[in-house]
Amino acid sequence: MKYIDEYRDGGLARLISATIAREAQAGRQYKLMEFCGGHTHALSRYGIEDLLPPQVEMVHGPGCPVCVLPVGRIDDAIRLAMRPEVTLCTYADLMRVPASGGANLLKARAAGADIRMIYSSMDAVLVAEAEPARQVVFFAIGFETTTPATALAIRLADQKQLANFSVFCNHVLTPPAIRAILDVDHLPAGERVLVDGFVGPAHVSTVIGTSPYAALAAAFGKPVVVAGFEPLDVMQAILMLIRQVNEGRTEVENQYIRAVTPEGNLIAQREMAEIFELRDSFEWRGLGALPASALRLRNTYAKFDAERRFTIVPVPAADNPACECGDVLRGLKKPAACKLFGTVCSPQTPMGSCMVSPEGACAAHWTYGRFRDRVGAGAPRQAA
Amino acid sequence: MSPPRLRTRKLDIRGGRVDLSHGAGGRASAQLIDEIFRAAFDNPFLDQGNDQAAFDVPAGRMVMSTDAYVIWPLFFPGGDIGSLAVHGTINDLAMAGAKPLHLAASYILEEGFPLADLQRIALSMARAASEAGVAIVTGDTKVVERGKADGVFITTTGIGMVPAGIDLSADRARPGDRVILSGSLGDHGVAVMSKRSHLGFETEILSDSAALGGLVADMVVACGPSIRLLRDPTRGGLAATLNEIAQASQCGFLIDEARIPVRPEVAAACELLGLDPLYVANEGKLVAVVAPDATDGLLAAMRAHKLGRAACVIGEVTADDRYFVVMTTAFGGGRIVDWLAGEQLPRIC
Ligand code: SF4
Repeated sequence: MKYIDEYRDGGLARLISATIAREAQAGRQYKLMEFCGGHTHALSRYGIEDLLPPQVEMVHGPGCPVCVLPVGRIDDAIRLAMRPEVTLCTYADLMRVPASGGANLLKARAAGADIRMIYSSMDAVLVAEAEPARQVVFFAIGFETTTPATALAIRLADQKQLANFSVFCNHVLTPPAIRAILDVDHLPAGERVLVDGFVGPAHVSTVIGTSPYAALAAAFGKPVVVAGFEPLDVMQAILMLIRQVNEGRTEVENQYIRAVTPEGNLIAQREMAEIFELRDSFEWRGLGALPASALRLRNTYAKFDAERRFTIVPVPAADNPACECGDVLRGLKKPAACKLFGTVCSPQTPMGSCMVSPEGACAAHWTYGRFRDRVGAGAPRQAA
Repeated sequence: MSPPRLRTRKLDIRGGRVDLSHGAGGRASAQLIDEIFRAAFDNPFLDQGNDQAAFDVPAGRMVMSTDAYVIWPLFFPGGDIGSLAVHGTINDLAMAGAKPLHLAASYILEEGFPLADLQRIALSMARAASEAGVAIVTGDTKVVERGKADGVFITTTGIGMVPAGIDLSADRARPGDRVILSGSLGDHGVAVMSKRSHLGFETEILSDSAALGGLVADMVVACGPSIRLLRDPTRGGLAATLNEIAQASQCGFLIDEARIPVRPEVAAACELLGLDPLYVANEGKLVAVVAPDATDGLLAAMRAHKLGRAACVIGEVTADDRYFVVMTTAFGGGRIVDWLAGEQLPRIC
């Protein structure tokens, strides 16, 4: 606990806050994007916005795995789970993510699907081992942070020669998403998010290291500071970004040196490369189809690939047309600017996945930050 | 005690199990009630052997409350489903400022449940009730087939008397009132979760499960009319409690995280489990909303009682037409303490 408290110290926060206020130049705007949902959550949960001067604006990025998962993939998972022979193992966050036609995994379970909530990918392997008569499918999602754990589960299932275990793989990669945010020249002016710098991923970077960001920082001329998820980490990263902007630098800096190295975790990388390969293209909610941005199982491990075992045929599916998650995920809109925010969309009745995951920008703003939205705050909103 | 009935053999409590005949209303039912519940609760009301308890009540305002307990596991560090079922209902009565008088208890038992466990639970209830000065005066027992319940479910109902001049209600908070918390947050929820094996996690944390009737009696004596309301932050924790009050009183709250006591072990466990202590259940704590000028007096009375030693002011009631509970974080920023979406963890009480 002492270890954790050090990174949440209010006294230190005030010191950094004062330094930021001193160094952020008046008359200049600093638009900084925190890529990760983990950072979005920390910003909201600790009220960091209140510790920043008005010229420093934080923009939420697409780094929330649940939020970028397209509706069609949730539909696929529900169809899988509805098969009588299948037991779908999933993280609890996914249970309430809206699928097409008002469906979600929670309702599918109530309707009889065998869906189990698990805490780690290994739990899914244990279920498969304990219940050989069931086809156990692990609903794998996440950035590079969770991919090694999925790889490990597959390796374990392979060692145990489990014929009834497979993975519905939705693992995606961080650098292509950052590129998609920065690569705006071809977009109409209204759709460009012009960020001045990035707070780079914490846990993702422990795996991939800081070097993958170097090409992006150089190509697009934007500074990146990799930061931990504790609130003081975020404050310090913001200060480092402001200094880079002030000095005209566009470097990749590492605030999170206690966990992140330039080359990352080579063992985890090797493990991932051994089991997964790049997909040609993958659909991201909000960002569209991005080339070489997601992983699937290599042919050697095809027998563990739920997409091949059950021949999942993608059915086109669209988000609720009024949901602005796409713009929120690209940093074009703030959650409160969505017309559904707080009216029909709340964590009790989410219309988009950004309202479901605790790392989603809408959920974070609803849960922690909405007391700041004074505009239109007439009648109190109905709570559950 | 009632005259002994004709019976050949006593219950095999050490090795026996509940079977369907124990709930069929025949001789086996009577034996189970006699040898486990009446033996444990031992009071003249039960000894009359009626289906109801009859007693005289003083004139005045009476409160009544009922609660069902489905906690799992049944035995956890610092308590069990029995003590919890007694404390929980006593506390619901006490939050009206009442002196708890009598409890009724009914049991849904699963076929196959060990009699030894049932006796352990009954004895724990008896101890909890006698410590709190209440009697378990009537009850009921049903048995369901294996798989139709999970060991034992208990429902307790209680009545209590409210002293004259005391009127506590969730809609009485007014802007400027102070919020007092009687002690540290999260102990019960974390103690229970630590027992749940799939979380793979062990701690020395004990549940705070306790009857708050005595503490409340002292508070009422010290500054009764100035207390606006009392609440015990059980399911949903402090966060749910404050939000409920905010809705009922059409006000907001501003609380200060740095002043909210959380044991370091509990904070560490919550960190590991991804929980927020503000949302974790307590079973022996209360929140008091009090008129500002009576704050010091009430605090002193609370701190003089063993269940209120760590009592402290954690914030105040604000005027807010959106009924927000806003907290200044220990980090220095502001945030909402919202209702919990979904359930944090099921079967915690
Ligand atoms: S408020 Fe709801 S509907 Fe609107 S963008 Fe957020 S998640 Fe989508």
